[in-house]
Amino acid sequence: MSDYRVLPGPEHFLPPAAASMGIRLPNPGEAHINGVITSEDKAYEEAARQFLMAKVPTIFPGPLVLWAWNEKAAKKATAVRHLFNTLKECVQPGQKPMLIPMPDYRPKYPKINPEVEINPNHPNLTIWHNKIDCCMFIGVHCHQANLSLKIIRGGTACYTIAMCAQAGHEDAMLSFRDASVEKLMKLADTVKRLKGTVQPRLTSAKNGASS
Amino acid sequence: MSKERIQISEALYDIMPSDYQDLVKSATYGKEDRGWKDIGTSKELIEQHSLCAGCPESMAFRYILASLPNPEDTVMVGSTGCTSLVFPMVAVHNIHSLFGNQNAIASGLKRALSVRFPGRVKDVVVLAGDGATVDIGLDMTLQAWFRQEKFTTICFDNELYANTGGQESGLMQKGFVAKMAPVGKLFDKVRLPEIARESGCHYVVNCTVSKPSLVEKVIRNAVHVAREIGPTYLQLYTPCILEIGKNSMEGLQEMRDSEKPTERFAYKEYISEPAKQLLAELAAKDKERKAAAKQLAGQASA
Repeated sequence: MSDYRVLPGPEHFLPPAAASMGIRLPNPGEAHINGVITSEDKAYEEAARQFLMAKVPTIFPGPLVLWAWNEKAAKKATAVRHLFNTLKECVQPGQKPMLIPMPDYRPKYPKINPEVEINPNHPNLTIWHNKIDCCMFIGVHCHQANLSLKIIRGGTACYTIAMCAQAGHEDAMLSFRDASVEKLMKLADTVKRLKGTVQPRLTSAKNGASS
Repeated sequence: MSKERIQISEALYDIMPSDYQDLVKSATYGKEDRGWKDIGTSKELIEQHSLCAGCPESMAFRYILASLPNPEDTVMVGSTGCTSLVFPMVAVHNIHSLFGNQNAIASGLKRALSVRFPGRVKDVVVLAGDGATVDIGLDMTLQAWFRQEKFTTICFDNELYANTGGQESGLMQKGFVAKMAPVGKLFDKVRLPEIARESGCHYVVNCTVSKPSLVEKVIRNAVHVAREIGPTYLQLYTPCILEIGKNSMEGLQEMRDSEKPTERFAYKEYISEPAKQLLAELAAKDKERKAAAKQLAGQASA
């Protein structure tokens, strides 16, 4: 097993792909935290804890859920909204949950408006601008998610969670696999259950984006 | 695909940036008679771009995107140059090729789309500058035409390499002195429209983009002929106002001056016999459709 751990950055300008450092993907029914394979239940707890600790916990829905290209996508979008609403209900004053879309993958630099969207080719701009210190990707095609997760790890201190519909992401600090409506609902339930038990990092000197 | 397939998930509609909401609400995807007159009343398929103020290329882009007959099922292939600054802001599928190999990419793409979607019309349109089309990519441009590949090639001719500071290109006019071509060009502008005709293109036009209705006509003709018969080529003058020492407001006049009968961008058109027949059939159908619509409107108001 690799000694390498997938931790919040800033790692450096070109962080290595976690896969090249020996991090492997979870099997069905598993997840990973910092590159260490773990049970899904543990991952729900940790993801909820990270959301509740963050000053600006943020969900980044991608094209696969933003666009109603089939019925399943529309249902997942509803579950994403439910998770966000739950998060809003469960955070403490001073925390600011956000829901920022990644509508497509066009490299819109330098026209990106970081207040209203995130682009996979320069996700750090949105994270820096909004001082996001914990984020979750959902509905982003794997290649673009990997690209973004690496850039975020390279240039920011943001904790990344991947709710992946395929086999998971080594480059996220925490990754689920086989994402479904049920899994999103379970994460929302976990957030609700942990409400009030987690101390937010509101006084931390190094919130959100890093230099 | 039609506009019905492009819908935002209801639960997340409110967080979508307004340009995407507008694209879904009022872009002209799927509209049969879309054209330049939709500009101003519908969402254009080009968002804000990074071209210089007053750049005629931006006018050309707007007219072309408004005129493509089938934008939801069109893939555009671009190349290195000022156009590559715009494609990231365009709401039509597009591929950025390596400098010069755009027609090779488009050949493979068109063939693959025909195999993958046999029952559906998929258009491929190459849009590149004169450096990519005539200098660096001439081999790929010509070979695609020789092979009778069924796609349209559009060349934005600004007669030099604009975004690298003004080097000489094959389409530069003889004697022209540019910032990085101080001796002046020693030989004539390459006669690519004539070469296109001889290489097997079925519809060839050489013009400026000063008249939106003309751009609409030639784009529609070129795409329809390419879809049914074979390669088509449009050479559109989009002067680089910076490199020829003009101001932002002078691009349109520069094009008007260059399209006079004795000038190098006087309207020139070549249509092969099969293409003539196709265009005549399309015109007849269009006339029929308009007459039927008029009759229907008359009945409704009676």
